[in-house]
Amino acid sequence: MGKKINGASIIWESLIQEGVDVVFGYPGGSIIHTYDALTKYKDKIHHVLVRHEQGATHMADGYARASGKVGVVIVTSGPGATNTITGLATAMMDSSPIVCICGQVGTMAIGGDAFQEVDVTGVTLPVTKHNYLVTDIKDLAATIREAFYVARTGRPGPVLVDVPRNVQIAEMEFEYPTDPINLLGYHPPERATAEVVAAASALINQAEKPVILAGHGVLLSGAMKEILDLCTKANIPVTTTLLGISGVPASHPLNIGMMGMHGEAAANHAIQEADLLIACGMRFDDRVTGNLKTYSPNSKKIHIDIDAAELNKNVKVDIGINTDLRTALQQINPSVTAKSHADWFAKIRDWQEDSNERDIINAQTPGFHASQAIRGIWEGTNGKAVVVSDVGQHQMLEAQYYPHDEPRTLLTSGGLGTMGFGLPAAIGASFCVKDKEVWVVVGDGSIQMNIQELGTAVQEKANVKICIINNGYLGMVRQWQQLFYGERYSETPISSPDYLKIAEAYGMPGYRVMKAEDTISTIRQAQAHQGPVLIEFMVEAHDMVYPMVSPGADLHNMIRRPYKQFDNEETF
Amino acid sequence: MKQILVAKVEDKPGVLNRVASLFRRRNFNIESLAVGHSEAENISRMTIVTDEVDALRRNVVRANLLKLINVIEVEDVTDLPCVVRETALIKVNADATRRREVMDLAEMYRGRIVDVANETLIVEITGESSKVDSLIDLLNPIGIAEIMRTGKIAMKRGVVTPRNGN
Ligand SMILES: Cc1ncc(C[n+]2csc(CCOP(=O)(O)OP(=O)(O)O)c2C)c(N)n1
Repeated sequence: MGKKINGASIIWESLIQEGVDVVFGYPGGSIIHTYDALTKYKDKIHHVLVRHEQGATHMADGYARASGKVGVVIVTSGPGATNTITGLATAMMDSSPIVCICGQVGTMAIGGDAFQEVDVTGVTLPVTKHNYLVTDIKDLAATIREAFYVARTGRPGPVLVDVPRNVQIAEMEFEYPTDPINLLGYHPPERATAEVVAAASALINQAEKPVILAGHGVLLSGAMKEILDLCTKANIPVTTTLLGISGVPASHPLNIGMMGMHGEAAANHAIQEADLLIACGMRFDDRVTGNLKTYSPNSKKIHIDIDAAELNKNVKVDIGINTDLRTALQQINPSVTAKSHADWFAKIRDWQEDSNERDIINAQTPGFHASQAIRGIWEGTNGKAVVVSDVGQHQMLEAQYYPHDEPRTLLTSGGLGTMGFGLPAAIGASFCVKDKEVWVVVGDGSIQMNIQELGTAVQEKANVKICIINNGYLGMVRQWQQLFYGERYSETPISSPDYLKIAEAYGMPGYRVMKAEDTISTIRQAQAHQGPVLIEFMVEAHDMVYPMVSPGADLHNMIRRPYKQFDNEETF
Repeated sequence: MKQILVAKVEDKPGVLNRVASLFRRRNFNIESLAVGHSEAENISRMTIVTDEVDALRRNVVRANLLKLINVIEVEDVTDLPCVVRETALIKVNADATRRREVMDLAEMYRGRIVDVANETLIVEITGESSKVDSLIDLLNPIGIAEIMRTGKIAMKRGVVTPRNGN
């Protein structure tokens, strides 16, 4: 007979069994027993005390995206739990595996509007892959195990486990289940059928103007090699989604860059003119398709996705393959024949050349542009950092001006576009990224959404370098107002505190960069310091992100940067 | 034609909520939903009728249902041979002078009178929805006080193998 332990200890024991060594959380009345039990497990699990539960979810998310492992959040009931909603929704949209353990009022009090009671499983139902309310200590360990399994398998996503107070207090012998998990209604798909594989490779072999659309699924399924095998074997250009960035090396000659609203013109034109799209682990989001009615009108479409509900959701496809991407490509690649696609590439290279001529980086323009700051960060980090971007113009510019060559080196909130993601996600990533620097690229609006996590960064001595791209505006919204709302800048000018004083107050070094020439030297100073550093880049207020597909417009109808810089921007 | 789905789901708290929430969240319309225990322990069966007509969208509805961890199986029986039934209770305003009329109509539809009061009768009828509809149409002129319908339940027909004579 083993010794009895309480539910609180079972939570920690179960996490240890799942290989967890760091959790992100915040204590409170309904989870206090679990925090008390933590004192016994301090040598095995490091707890990161956040400043706001939203921060905890983004940290776990950043940790998961950087490592491929499940990130863990621990919070109390009521407001603690509701503060996680944005983070859960962010992880849900971007298929990021996290497990969130919530305290709940005692089972006898549930339903009675007890102090700090919220129907957490009800509230989080649409923003989690699955959730559980554990009402009996006997189910606790098995439920946590199942939560990890569901979070990391199939299409990954956030899973929440709600644990009432009395379940944490009750005692029983702990034994972690070891039998294979077999859920009646959950079976991630396995291999594609031979027929569908043959049909797909036949389409690929016939195509004259094929394009591979590489999404987050490349990274999630670890299909980096397989996708390169496919594109190099048949010389097929690859374009990535925002979350697909770093799944295919940016410097690879077949990688023609990001697609979509702020994608490369060449990539968007290629999609529109293609005769075959091979969509790999992506979901035809409206930000990448533009107007669906005119989207890639002459192409056949192959769509490989582990989530059957993605097939034919937005774009009708000729061949839908509901399998893990890596497995599917391993099945398809052997029957793909070598091709040069020389004419197709000649066309693509023309589009690319035109873009180069327009590029602001290649033009001698006055002022300090956000794009230059980001290109400077790329140079200063040799393109080797894990960059965590926030949401706005700086996010798109990061995607355009910081080419990523290694997998899982760009972490960003794509599907939900959650401002305030960057700093906490980077702190989370710093707990698993050991051989690379972690840099944050964040706007002056976004940093102020979760600026309190600077406290966490300092307390944890997290080695994150925070670059605030300060343009004095909620820039991306300002850009829309400039283009579509008659330049009425309604509530987009935003003031900032003195970030150097903020850095000082939190106890971290801070720098301000006023001109492009000073970027690299400042980066060097930041790199010399172990631990969090803040750098503020004072950039042009009215810069634009080009190209841009207006919301709902045809993908090939991009607003382009004029050849002669600033002709249209001098008016400001 | 309406889409009819038959789902096997785990009989756990909140499963109905998950299914209903999914339809709302994905902007699919539920026309009716009936749920009850199945032949197996801890497993319920649901019949879900949607107004989705597009074949590809119907597949997406099904795939989304299957994505729910507690949903074990979903079959789209819209185009399969199956028995589809609905039960209705219809309370008719009929005093003694009109009782006979109501009883005759009920009988013609193989319905039953399950409650008789001074001013009302309750008719129970089971059948295809169109049959229920038409009885309601006939009772309407007499005066209907209340209608309660269960929504459709569906079951695939068994397989009949034709005898080939030798
Ligand atoms: C939580 C949240 N609120 C609002 C928005 C809408 N939004 C998208 S981009 C943006 C502006 C971001 O401003 P900033 O962080 O300064 O970045 P910039 O665009 O100037 O680079 C806003 C308000 C959002 N994405 N997320």
